[in-house]
Amino acid sequence: MVGAVAKPRTDVIQGTLDMLILKTLSLEPMHGFGITRRVEQISRGVFKVNPGSLLVALQRLERAGWVDAEWQHTENARRARFYRLTRAGRKQLEIQTTDWTRRVEAITRLLKEEA
Amino acid sequence: MPLWRQLTRGLRVLAHRSAADRELDDEVRHYLDEATESWISRGLSPDEARRAARMEIGNATLVRERVRASAWEHVVDGVCSDLRFGVRRLGNNWGFTTVSVLTLALGIGATTAIFSAVNPVLFEPLPYPHAERVTMIWDYGVDGSRIDVTFGTYRELSQRSRSFDAMAVMKLWQPVMTGAAEPERFDGQRVSADYFRTLGVPPAIGRDFDAADDRVKGPNVVMLDDGLWRRRFAGDAAIVGQAITLDGAKYTVIGVLPPTLENILAPSAEIWAPLQYDASLPPEGREWGHHLRMVARLRPGVRMADAAGELRAIARAPVPAFVRQPWASFRNGLIVNALQDDVTRAVRPSLLAVTGAVLLVLVIACVNVTNLLLARAAQCRGEFAMRAALGAGRGRMIRQLLAESLLLACVAGALGILLAHFGVRALVALSPAGLPRVTAIRVDAIVFAFGLAITTLIGLAVGLIPALHASRDDLRVGLQQSSRQTAGGHRLTRRILVVAEVALALVLLVSAGLLLRSLQRLFAVAPGFNAPHLLTMQVQTSGRRFVQAAAVHQFFDRALEAVRAVPGVESAGFTGQLPLSGDFEKYGVQFESSPNDDPREDHSALRYAVTPGYIESMGIPLVRGRRIDAHDTPDRPPVVLINESFARRKFPGGDPIGQRVHVGDTRRPWSAIVGVVGDVKQTSLALGQADAVYVPSAQAYFADNPMWLVVRARGDAAAMAPAIRNAIWSVDKDQPIVRMATMDALVAASAGERRFALIVFESFALVALALAAIGIYGLLSGSVHERTREIGVRSALGASRGDIVALVMRQGMALTALGASLGAIGAVAASRAIVTLLFGTSRLDPATYVTTSAVLVGVAAIACGVPAWRAARVDPSVTLRAE
Repeated sequence: MVGAVAKPRTDVIQGTLDMLILKTLSLEPMHGFGITRRVEQISRGVFKVNPGSLLVALQRLERAGWVDAEWQHTENARRARFYRLTRAGRKQLEIQTTDWTRRVEAITRLLKEEA
Repeated sequence: MPLWRQLTRGLRVLAHRSAADRELDDEVRHYLDEATESWISRGLSPDEARRAARMEIGNATLVRERVRASAWEHVVDGVCSDLRFGVRRLGNNWGFTTVSVLTLALGIGATTAIFSAVNPVLFEPLPYPHAERVTMIWDYGVDGSRIDVTFGTYRELSQRSRSFDAMAVMKLWQPVMTGAAEPERFDGQRVSADYFRTLGVPPAIGRDFDAADDRVKGPNVVMLDDGLWRRRFAGDAAIVGQAITLDGAKYTVIGVLPPTLENILAPSAEIWAPLQYDASLPPEGREWGHHLRMVARLRPGVRMADAAGELRAIARAPVPAFVRQPWASFRNGLIVNALQDDVTRAVRPSLLAVTGAVLLVLVIACVNVTNLLLARAAQCRGEFAMRAALGAGRGRMIRQLLAESLLLACVAGALGILLAHFGVRALVALSPAGLPRVTAIRVDAIVFAFGLAITTLIGLAVGLIPALHASRDDLRVGLQQSSRQTAGGHRLTRRILVVAEVALALVLLVSAGLLLRSLQRLFAVAPGFNAPHLLTMQVQTSGRRFVQAAAVHQFFDRALEAVRAVPGVESAGFTGQLPLSGDFEKYGVQFESSPNDDPREDHSALRYAVTPGYIESMGIPLVRGRRIDAHDTPDRPPVVLINESFARRKFPGGDPIGQRVHVGDTRRPWSAIVGVVGDVKQTSLALGQADAVYVPSAQAYFADNPMWLVVRARGDAAAMAPAIRNAIWSVDKDQPIVRMATMDALVAASAGERRFALIVFESFALVALALAAIGIYGLLSGSVHERTREIGVRSALGASRGDIVALVMRQGMALTALGASLGAIGAVAASRAIVTLLFGTSRLDPATYVTTSAVLVGVAAIACGVPAWRAARVDPSVTLRAE
């Protein structure tokens, strides 16, 4: 399993971290490490979330009113700060998703054109 | 909403810093725990899992720092800690802090005080709606000077001109109110109907004047000033519609003006009545006298120049509907200028000069504090190098030093604004009589904002040079060198600053010196009379009893007898106008021997209607002939006296006695010149001699009223005042007596504006001198301190105490000499700014330059002497062992 650490992983694409966090939280409220793991799992280990960037982003999203934070106990009885998507956050996620899809489609078309 | 959230979250963090830190710590720790657990669940041993988690998360402290730094409150927090640190550093160095704060407070206080005096006069718009549209209109006199307009001119302009919304003329009026309380004379104005509409100030209670009020034999109506209304009528709104008694006649109060009214054209006026001149313009009437001030409000969008052009066109094209008298033809056009320029004209030079002076003081104060900061930075070099070595960024260090200097400036600013508060009172007390808008001079929000702005500016300015210096230092050098050794860069900057300080101080000293010399010269000017022991006051008759001239003459004659009977009175007399009182009344004068042919020449002279005893009491010398005496009664041939320079000009080499003249009305019989008296300064000590004629008041074809009483006392003139007043009231207790003053006070007041400038300059120059001395002293003692070892070595090698003193003195005096030479050049340039305030003194007066430079060098020598003496007492054995 040490190999897992050594396996090459990419940092989250610049500017998409917010969207990934919002998406992850749209499934269920989660604490910081949970978000990291979930992103890594779903991306099958392609994306690595830097804990520093994550906490900065969470603070930013919280202050923007897109997520709410609350101290709760985890299933293994630890106190953890759980983040939950707000209604404004859900709207924001939709906006960002639409925007992202539009971009990806455009880039994909461009790349196909080139080929 | 998000912005609100940002703000509240940030503030919560600032308020509960430690709780917020703990939360963040907890979250990071929890993250680490979870990560560890996750590794354990993947099969690692607890130790390995912990290590893997640590690797994943990186430096936990750094993570926390990143999260903290991303929030806005972090910046605030940083500034707060800079300030806290600054407070500690300043607190650790009381001497430095006290000197710096006091210096800056002096600079900020003086600047703020001067600003508060200058701002309402020179910069702030006048307190009227669209004040920029309020203009003054003047006629041209024969000599091209501006003179008051006639009612005829006003009437024509107000009907023909299209450039103005409203126009008004006014003259001063001093009614006496009688009735329940004791008689009181008010300052007031007779105004045409549109006066307050021209200013744009409607009454607070009641109604404004209208055209129906302002006609010949119109109703007796008055409007009251808010102050008068509160003082005499208890602020009772019911006064409107009631009658009061003024000069023996009933006047109905129709309105009260708002307390905000600042009547700049007649600041002391408290009561207004309509002008009520005759619109049919009888040629011999007062309607054609040049004695009305004219004010007009431009139509929106009309420029001053356009209005002036229109008036010029009207002036050049008379129409039959508007007859003009030859002396009021205004064919030369009219002068139109902004009211603001008009009222500030006289005081502008001294106010600008004083502003310049205070800015110099401020710069010197800043230079001084910069120098002190540099000196301190030099002592703290090791500390800064250490901080840099530990990773403090350059920006961070600059920020910290600026925070410190801003802190210094803020403390000084608070003290300075307090100082300004008192300074403003002193300034108002000192202010020359001609200063407009004195009531508007105070420390208000604008002044406060100004003080705050210069404080901030100064905080940045004085901090910047030391901050840049400190942050530029080479680390290694800073760490290796002990603070006692020298640092070339600092010393050069500090020397330049000291030279600048000395130069600026000399500029102020020279200016103050020039003003002092001017005032000495001015007071050395003989006014033409003997001022000490003279008491003066204005006496007026009022009421219906005095409609007849004979009654007026009788009252003044009896009053004079009563005054002469008062013990301690040497002599007394009345005059229609008093020298240096501000009066300026001229009449046309025509000599039988030289007809007034040349229309370009001014044929008018000051006219004094005097009683016997006036010339003697004033001490005006009789040059030839006789004075006016009791025999010059109305039934005797009319006589006149003329002054010496007038006689010399009109009768060069001849004898004026027996020649005949007309004073005023040319249809009356000729008056014979019976005497020639000395020249007297009427308007100001500084102005040249005007022509003057003296006529016996008894022979004048109308009774001059009010008259000035001049009393020569045997002892203290001021102490005679109550006795004189009672003597006059013993004749008639209803007659007001005003403007009581000794002649000495009038002489002093006539130079008020120069004296104001002098006092301000003198105090600023002293402050500048003291600051320059502190600067030199600070530099040299720092330098002696830094060079203790070198001085020790020198004396160990055989340098005498004299040598050491010379070494230090040479350094200080070289800087002084350089500063003084630059300062002299600066003073030559700066003296242009005060040239209008000088009198009988060249702005390049060598004696002033030499004297003030000598004073400066003398003070600098003392400032150098103390550190030099200290250097000479350095014990080589002690200093060398200390290394």
